[in-house]
Amino acid sequence: MEKDFVYADASATTPVSQEVLQAMLPYLIESFGNASSIYQMGRKNESAILNARTTIAQCLGANPKEIFFTSGGSESDNWAIKGTTDILKSQGKKHIITTAMEHHAVLNTCQFLEKQGFKVTYLPVSSNGIIDPLDVKKAIREDTALVSVMYVNNEIGTIQPISEIGTICHEHGILFHTDAVQAVGNVEIDVQKQNIDLLSISGHKFHAPKGIGVLYIQNGVNISPLIHGGGQEMGKRAGTENVAGIVGISKALEIAVRDISKKVETLTPLRNQLIDGLLQIEGTHLNGDRIQRICGNVNISIEGIEGESLILMLDMQGIQASSGSACSAGSLEPSHVLTAIGLGRESAHSSLRMTFDKNFHEKDVAYILETVPKVVSQLRSMSPLWNAKKGGLQ
Amino acid sequence: MNYSAKVLEHFVNPRNSGEIENPDAFGESGSEKCGDITKIYLTIQDGIISEAKFQTFGCCAAIAVSSVTTELLQGKTIEQAMLLTESDIVQALDGLPPEKMHCPPIAEEAVKSALLNYQQKQKKLL
Repeated sequence: MEKDFVYADASATTPVSQEVLQAMLPYLIESFGNASSIYQMGRKNESAILNARTTIAQCLGANPKEIFFTSGGSESDNWAIKGTTDILKSQGKKHIITTAMEHHAVLNTCQFLEKQGFKVTYLPVSSNGIIDPLDVKKAIREDTALVSVMYVNNEIGTIQPISEIGTICHEHGILFHTDAVQAVGNVEIDVQKQNIDLLSISGHKFHAPKGIGVLYIQNGVNISPLIHGGGQEMGKRAGTENVAGIVGISKALEIAVRDISKKVETLTPLRNQLIDGLLQIEGTHLNGDRIQRICGNVNISIEGIEGESLILMLDMQGIQASSGSACSAGSLEPSHVLTAIGLGRESAHSSLRMTFDKNFHEKDVAYILETVPKVVSQLRSMSPLWNAKKGGLQ
Repeated sequence: MNYSAKVLEHFVNPRNSGEIENPDAFGESGSEKCGDITKIYLTIQDGIISEAKFQTFGCCAAIAVSSVTTELLQGKTIEQAMLLTESDIVQALDGLPPEKMHCPPIAEEAVKSALLNYQQKQKKLL
C-alpha cells in the first residue's frame, strides 16, 4: 500500500503491526472463550495469557508473577500510585516525590492524593529536560512513601537517570515507580538491575492495540486493587481478561525489545538530520537534551508562530505531528513540560514535536525539511510577533 | 477540534493579511491567557473603511477570526464598524468550537482600539 502521508506522531500512538494482528486474531474469533472457564477453550486462553506473562517478564527482567495486565498506561500509573500509597498511609507515610514534567496520569493522580491529605514534592527539571538524582535524594523525608519518575519524557524525549534514582530509593527503603510508556523499544528495561518496584507500559505506543497495558509490581510490594470484582490477575485487578490484547502486547513487546539496537542505529541519524535541518530555519531552538534523548523524538520551538496553526498547516501538506501549544490541546495553558524546562509561554506555544519509529524513512525527513520552512514563512508573514522581532533587528 | 469548513478555508487562504504602511487607524489586542495577539490596520476614506489588514499570532481560529473580521470591515462606515460584535464574527465563520470562543473578543477589541485610534487622530487634526 502506498503511503500518502508522513506520520510523525508515534509518541501519540502507533498502528498495530501485521505480526501483532496475526498473533491476536485467533483469540478474537475462534478461541473467544473466557479464560476463567474450565473447559478446553477457556484453558487454552488461560495458557495463552500465561505465555504472554512469561514473555513480558523476560523482556523486562521480571518474574511472570510480577506482570499484571491493565487497560493501558493511565490505569497502570493510577494503580501504582494509588494502590501502594493506600497501604503505606496506614504506616504514616503520606509523602510522594515526583517531577514537574510527568505525564498527566501521574500528575493528576498526585494532585488527587493531595486532596486526600498526601503531601507531594514536584521536583524541578533542568533546562535540558533531565532530573537530577540528587534532587530526589534531597527531597526524601521520614514519611516518603513513593518516588515516581518517568523513564522517557513524552514531549521532549529525554531519558531520565532512573537506575540512579532507583538506587537512591532503595537505599532509603522507598518504593520506586517509573512510567516507562515512552521507553519501550527505545532503551533497555531491566527492573532488577534498575531497582524498579513498579513500572507502567502501554501497548499502543509500540504497535499493540489501544486499551492494553501492563503494570509490573515487584514481588513483595503491597498494593490495593484499583478495580474490584472477580479474582483475575491474582485477585489484584478484576475484569475478564482481554486475551487478544494480552497476546498482542506480548508479541509487540517481544519485537520492540528485540529490535532496539536496529531502531537506534537507523533512526538516530535521521533524527539528527531532522534536528539539524529544522534548526537551519531562523529563530528556532531544540527543546530537551540533544544527546540524552530517544532516537525518535524531535521537539523544536519556532519563534513567531503558534503551534496549532503550524500543525494544521502541516496536516494539509500531509505531515502529521503535534505541538505543546495550549490551543492544540484545547486548553489555554501551554505544555507543562516545556514550561518546566524554563520556556516562556510564547516559546512553549510555538513548539513542534515530531516523533517517529520504524516506519519512518529518509524520504520522510526530506519531505519534512522541504515543507516545514515553507509553512513557517507563510505563517510568519502574518505574525505580528515575528514582524516586530524582524523590525527590531533591522 | 471540529472547525467549520469556513474557518478552515479562511485559515488556509487568509484575506488581507499583512500591514498597511501609514494606516489611518491602527489597533491591537491580545490575550494574556492564551498568548494570542492581533493587530488591525485600516485605511479610511470619507468616513468609510476602504482597506482593512491584519497580523495575528495565534491558532487556526484566531487567524480565521482576523481574516473574516477584515472582510466584514471593508466598506463599512465608522459608525457601522463600531457596532461589529463578536457574534457577527462567529456567525460569519459558521460557528466556532466552544473552546475557541475566546478568539472573537480579541479581534473585536482590536477593531475598537483601531477606531478609537482613528477618532483620536481626527480630534488632533481639528
